[in-house]
Amino acid sequence: MPEAGEHAHPTVGTYLRVAAILVILTVLEVGVFYVPAFHVVLVPTLLALSAVKFALVVLFYMHLRMDSRFFSFLFGGPFLLAVVVLVALLFLFFGHFTLRGAAGGGGAGG
Amino acid sequence: MTGSRGLRSWLTTTDHKRIGLLYFYTAFAFFLVGGLEALLIRAQLARPNGTVVGAETYNQLFTMHGTTMVFLALMPLSAAFFNYIVPLQIGARDVAFPRLNAFSYWVFLLGGLFLNASWIAGPVFRAGVLNVAPDAGWFGYANLTERQYSPGPNVDFWMLGLQILGVSSLAAGFNFIVTILNLRAPGMKMMRLPTFTWMTLVTQFLVITAFPVITVALVFLMFDRFFGAHFYVPQAGATPLLWQHLFWLFGHPEVYILILPAMGIVSEVLPTFSRKPLFGYTVVVYSGVLIGFMGWGVWSHHMFSVGLGPIADSVFSATTMLIAVPTGVKIFNWIATLWGGTIRGTTALHFAVGFIAMFIIGGLSGVTHASPPADLQQTDTYYVVAHIHYVLFGGTIFGLFAGIYYWWPKMTGRLLSEALGKLHFWLTFIGMNLAFFPMHLIGLLGMPRRIYTYAPDLGVSSLNLVSTIGALLIGVATLVFVVNLWRTRSHGAPAPNDPWGGATLEWAIPSPPPPYNFSVIPTVASRLPRWKTEHHDPMPDPPAAPPAPVHVPGGSWWPPVAALGLPVLALALLTHHLWLAFLGVAIMLYGIYRWAFEPFEI
Amino acid sequence: MTHAAAAHHTSMGLDSRKMAFWAFIGSECLLFGSLISTYLIYKGKSVVGPYPHDILNIPFTSVSTFDLLMSSLMMVLALAAVQRGDLKWAKIWLFATAFLGILFLGGQVYEFTSFVREGLTLQTNLFGCTFFVLTGTHGAHVTVGVLWLLTLWVRALQGKLGPAQALTVEISGLYWHFVDVVWIVIFTLVYLIQ
Repeated sequence: MPEAGEHAHPTVGTYLRVAAILVILTVLEVGVFYVPAFHVVLVPTLLALSAVKFALVVLFYMHLRMDSRFFSFLFGGPFLLAVVVLVALLFLFFGHFTLRGAAGGGGAGG
Repeated sequence: MTGSRGLRSWLTTTDHKRIGLLYFYTAFAFFLVGGLEALLIRAQLARPNGTVVGAETYNQLFTMHGTTMVFLALMPLSAAFFNYIVPLQIGARDVAFPRLNAFSYWVFLLGGLFLNASWIAGPVFRAGVLNVAPDAGWFGYANLTERQYSPGPNVDFWMLGLQILGVSSLAAGFNFIVTILNLRAPGMKMMRLPTFTWMTLVTQFLVITAFPVITVALVFLMFDRFFGAHFYVPQAGATPLLWQHLFWLFGHPEVYILILPAMGIVSEVLPTFSRKPLFGYTVVVYSGVLIGFMGWGVWSHHMFSVGLGPIADSVFSATTMLIAVPTGVKIFNWIATLWGGTIRGTTALHFAVGFIAMFIIGGLSGVTHASPPADLQQTDTYYVVAHIHYVLFGGTIFGLFAGIYYWWPKMTGRLLSEALGKLHFWLTFIGMNLAFFPMHLIGLLGMPRRIYTYAPDLGVSSLNLVSTIGALLIGVATLVFVVNLWRTRSHGAPAPNDPWGGATLEWAIPSPPPPYNFSVIPTVASRLPRWKTEHHDPMPDPPAAPPAPVHVPGGSWWPPVAALGLPVLALALLTHHLWLAFLGVAIMLYGIYRWAFEPFEI
Repeated sequence: MTHAAAAHHTSMGLDSRKMAFWAFIGSECLLFGSLISTYLIYKGKSVVGPYPHDILNIPFTSVSTFDLLMSSLMMVLALAAVQRGDLKWAKIWLFATAFLGILFLGGQVYEFTSFVREGLTLQTNLFGCTFFVLTGTHGAHVTVGVLWLLTLWVRALQGKLGPAQALTVEISGLYWHFVDVVWIVIFTLVYLIQ
């Protein structure tokens, strides 16, 4: 019995197309890693590629694109919290060139 | 299974009401143990150079007092009400996952027993009794907890016990989130949920997000202690600050896990005994949600003395002062609820009003730590001990006692004695202020916390004596409460469905409720279904007997079996026996598989 | 059991088990978030080697990553087969998913032992601590997933995995895909960004 808020799942064709994109992106990731020309922008490129892969799996294989938006909230809320905590911790731990550095610079200027 | 009795029926129960009672009695027993530990601490500190206990025993006492009160008394006492009251308030027959609920309880019980077994387990580790209980503080700061500095099994008990208890809280968290969202009676929209249920929901979201963080911190500690890793070892380039950050990332949401349920209880008790709807229901709910969110953004205020740098200090100072705003909003709403109401001075109301007053004091001293320069003077002194006891005793415990006096007739069918109740309240109220108010001064005069004694020339001897007398008074008050509970079993006046004239659904059904709760699931048309409001007449009570037989799920052995695997696994780590680890995993897997394939209609 | 649960009226019109499971996955985000945060905080803080670039085997791990991605594809195909009542293909895809999971675990065992041979253990340095605990926790999750999938496969062999059990398969799939996305993050943050 289909319940309100839960919609049909993607077709096998969609699943296969998503898999193809995931494989291409993985090949790109490893490729970018080995091409020296990319090393200037390696980190942002890799982060962007893995974010796309992450989103594809979550949206299509875990059906969040079609499923109730409440599930997106149950997953997305804690996920964002984890990201914010991670970024905050990195700021706190690498303070010598971010938080404390900025404050120190201000002190020297004043 | 309806009306079944005997030990077996309690061991296998999946009825949220029975599990609620189990939570209550177990948590109350741990509350008494934690209280006894507190009395020993106060006896030691009654006079300068006290000799009641030695330094090592003292370390174990304050560690176990804190750990017991937070994880084994306050959280599970709140859980007793989540279990018993939330399904009734939303008009449900049980929680969403009754067996998972039983599992949570058994894991909690076994985890609590595991932790407290450390008091007597000394001989097993070739040490004296009273030698191997956890002794590194309830916060277990690294790197004091490393094997190098804590070679005995003391910290192992603490670390493994907390991990077991975390499983219980997480399982209950998922269960109650789904219960509250999905099992509401027809018409029970989110903004018609009783405030206690709302605060329970916020609390469970905090539980499921905060507990993984301490789990990870404890796993690191476990690897350091058992497998020679270096997560908190400075010589290897690590920083013990990692522990502090992870612990307080959990620890500060945990503070709200402890206080939000009590705030919810007070928000139920005040309207009932003022005969007035809660003032600004929507604002109270939203400020509770806001507290839940903001509770994640203040953790570093526990760490100002670390030297985080001016920007981090300023940010966390500002967020900490900001979080006082939604809390203050709630306080004004509660006062406005009382204002102009038809007030009945029951014991429950006494505790609820006591909560407001004590929580204001605790909240204000809390704001004083929000300022880093002031905090540097207060950190690690008795001033902080005064603050946490005003919020956790004057706040959480008062709220929980308000809940006990309010819902005990519903849970047992008998009214607690009001005379003994008032005596209990006044003794507790005077006792707690005598015990904890002087600690503000003791702390500001420079007495550090967690030190087993002090010199007479510090000038805090008489204040400490007053504090000890206050603690004794709290002990006497608790005895009065125990007598009240005991007496009520046989002598309490039988409670009708609704002894107080409450507005919420739990008062529409018998006290105690039948196993199926509601003979007919009610349809809710307003936020105060049992009161006459401008647009709605009171909801008629469900009929005394169900029109058709109601299916009640039977019990199950598998939740307690699966739960048993966890302490066995912990014991394996504690005693370094690999076969015990396999046994623990085998028991758990066996329990889970039998559970998964057991026919169980809900 | 499955249809009983699905047929129950729920306030949000959503299945309770699925909702609980999404809440669980949300909670897992904080678990892996804390582990990954610690890995990043301790990155470059080891006082002795071996360091990540000395030892991480990118070609080998790329194959493992590909293996796990393919197992996710097998999983959605298994779900689609169960939903249309195709028991034969359900058995095949479920087994394929579990098999790729076992292959991944085998790869991890190989990786760990070769690291130990090259002198990186839990006790060596902070890289060893954070690497083994982070990827080990992920591996433990994969192990649980494999057990779960094999259980479903046995149920399919017994002929007890029809469309009525689609939700059970869907939930095990949610778990499996989540373990996969965690690996996507680990592969990038631990292996590729050194």
